[in-house]
Amino acid sequence: MAENNKFDPKALVEEIESKFELFQILNEEGEIVNEAEVPELSDEQLVELMTRMVYTRVLDQRSISLNRQGRLGFYAPTAGQEASQIASHFALEKQDWILPGYRDVPQIFWHGLPLAKAFLFSRGHFAGNQAPEGVNVLSPQIIIGAQYIQTAGVALGLKKRKVDAVAVTYTGDGGSSQGDFYEGITFAGAQQSPAIFFIQNNQFAISTPRKVQSVGKTLAQKGIAAGIPSVYVDGMDPLAVYKVTKDARDRAVAGGGPTLIETVCYRYGPHTMAGDDPTRYRTTDTDNEWVAKDPLVRFRKYLEAKGLWDEAKEEAVIERAKEEIKEAIKEADKAPKQKVSELIQNMHRGELPYNLKEQLDIYLAKESK
Amino acid sequence: MAQMTMIQAITDALRCELRDDENVLVFGEDVGVNGGVFRATDGLQKEFGEERVFDTPLAESGIGGLAIGLSLTGFRPVPEIQFFGFVYEVMDSISGQLARMSYRSGGVYNAPVTIRSPFGGGVHTPEMHSDSLEGLMAQQPGLKVVIPSTPYDAKGLLISSIRDNDPVIFLEHLKLYRSFREEVPEESYTIPLGKADVKREGTDLTIIAYGLMVHESLKAAEELEKEGHSVEVIDLRTIQPLDIETIIASVEKTNRAIVVQEAQKQAGIAANVVAEITERAILSLEAPVLRVAAPDTVYPFPQAEGVWLPTHKDVYETAKKVLTF
Repeated sequence: MAENNKFDPKALVEEIESKFELFQILNEEGEIVNEAEVPELSDEQLVELMTRMVYTRVLDQRSISLNRQGRLGFYAPTAGQEASQIASHFALEKQDWILPGYRDVPQIFWHGLPLAKAFLFSRGHFAGNQAPEGVNVLSPQIIIGAQYIQTAGVALGLKKRKVDAVAVTYTGDGGSSQGDFYEGITFAGAQQSPAIFFIQNNQFAISTPRKVQSVGKTLAQKGIAAGIPSVYVDGMDPLAVYKVTKDARDRAVAGGGPTLIETVCYRYGPHTMAGDDPTRYRTTDTDNEWVAKDPLVRFRKYLEAKGLWDEAKEEAVIERAKEEIKEAIKEADKAPKQKVSELIQNMHRGELPYNLKEQLDIYLAKESK
Repeated sequence: MAQMTMIQAITDALRCELRDDENVLVFGEDVGVNGGVFRATDGLQKEFGEERVFDTPLAESGIGGLAIGLSLTGFRPVPEIQFFGFVYEVMDSISGQLARMSYRSGGVYNAPVTIRSPFGGGVHTPEMHSDSLEGLMAQQPGLKVVIPSTPYDAKGLLISSIRDNDPVIFLEHLKLYRSFREEVPEESYTIPLGKADVKREGTDLTIIAYGLMVHESLKAAEELEKEGHSVEVIDLRTIQPLDIETIIASVEKTNRAIVVQEAQKQAGIAANVVAEITERAILSLEAPVLRVAAPDTVYPFPQAEGVWLPTHKDVYETAKKVLTF
């Protein structure tokens, strides 16, 4: 009797972990493996989702070459993460808030941030961070985890305002080790606010492999401790990512609180374009293993089988993307050179303190010469 | 008019703003039903409900992030950090995020957040409860830092801080919470940020102080008065931005100055005030501008506070050096 009732904490962990099975709808061959979970998306929506993923892949390729030409600055490559980034964003509404990490420029672009502004952010120009009216995005967060606690705040604000909107944020596998990660999901859980927290587990925090971050089988299971719905999803599968995000959003706006979603994915490129060399910490075999799971390849097969996609369509998207990127770079080139006087004036919403007033005068005089 | 302690005046300011602006939210650790560990929020949850005045999980960084996020949705958050020694846990939210919101977004977003927190020594707290860390805050561009020394000022300055469209760090000296009462109007009123208060006028020496040290300085000034020295005492009230006009006008009149802070001497507010005086009024000076400050050790163990914290005696001695230079 006593033997049977003995609490086995290790068995509890194993039991919880055994329940986290990778959620998948579309396999690597582009076949539906989970018919019951296929999201309701019209043919137009399916085509639009593919269009955005292809466009984003081109944007990544072009951004890398523009960076190499010295025409872009800070850039964190995104190829391989299109299902995690674009399919999750596809489940959001215009009024939702996005608090991105530094690799999450595609989501804020598709949410309405003009491409020229995304390029200005990369170049280090404040105009890149000036979100247009009605585009509820923050500029990419540099401090890993800070976006999680701010998302809890935006979500609580949306709940208090009683608006039909959610706050969405992204971090990586490394980010899930930060204190702010836990504080963010804990606050939103306790306050039952409409937030969706993504961990894009792309296997490496710069060079540090996923296994160094946690002994847990999944990172999603961290949400269990916060008492919130937690999802472990194939981050290379656009249909699965879309479905779990849509469900999380529906639950959140219905008052069901936040969700933590781990998308298991891979970044094909380096951490950033600032000298990272993935060959120091990854093998070509591993790269190839993940390339075989590519979200564009499997979604292309799926749509082709449905008669919704072909080479001509894909070429058209690639051409359109290249053209718009070219135009956006031209527009970014037109941005006026930043002045210290502008930086000073951006410091405060209210009246400038005496020290900045004096410094403003000095710089205005310098700049007028 | 009512006689109020500083803590009552702070509660009253919060009540006025909660009443007058539906976007004001008060939150933190134990600020709800408990009314705060010092009772700064006493009765406010009962009066305004749990939507407006609420407890948070025990995590300072999370409280900072919550405030930033709430301000993005149009609220005017007034979070409490239970003791300012805990500020290290929320430094990124304050310096890395809050202070940069307007700058980073090119003026698109602002963060009208007022972080209230008790600080200051002399009440035998455990470690990390009494440190004077205002210098860390004042060094961060984008923040305003306010430290009241009286109940009347506390109310007017807190209302101004909450209404300010930029982030404000509002620091309340523990020892002043209940040390004395004074007349405080029951209606709402503001005291402009960045304006010092000349507590007493004089012609021979200017003593510049803030927080509890204003009172130690006033005591010293009385002693000096008995010896025939006419001493002016300035309460900075806001330490960033400084009220340069008032400081310089006074020094140009008295030609001698000392600066008093409870914090350790290294770096800090007093050093900044001395630098501003030497840059702007060196030709008016007849003596070096000296500082009264605590020694450059970590904040002391409770039983050593009595020998470590600056007092009116230290102010008196330093004033004498400058007066007789």
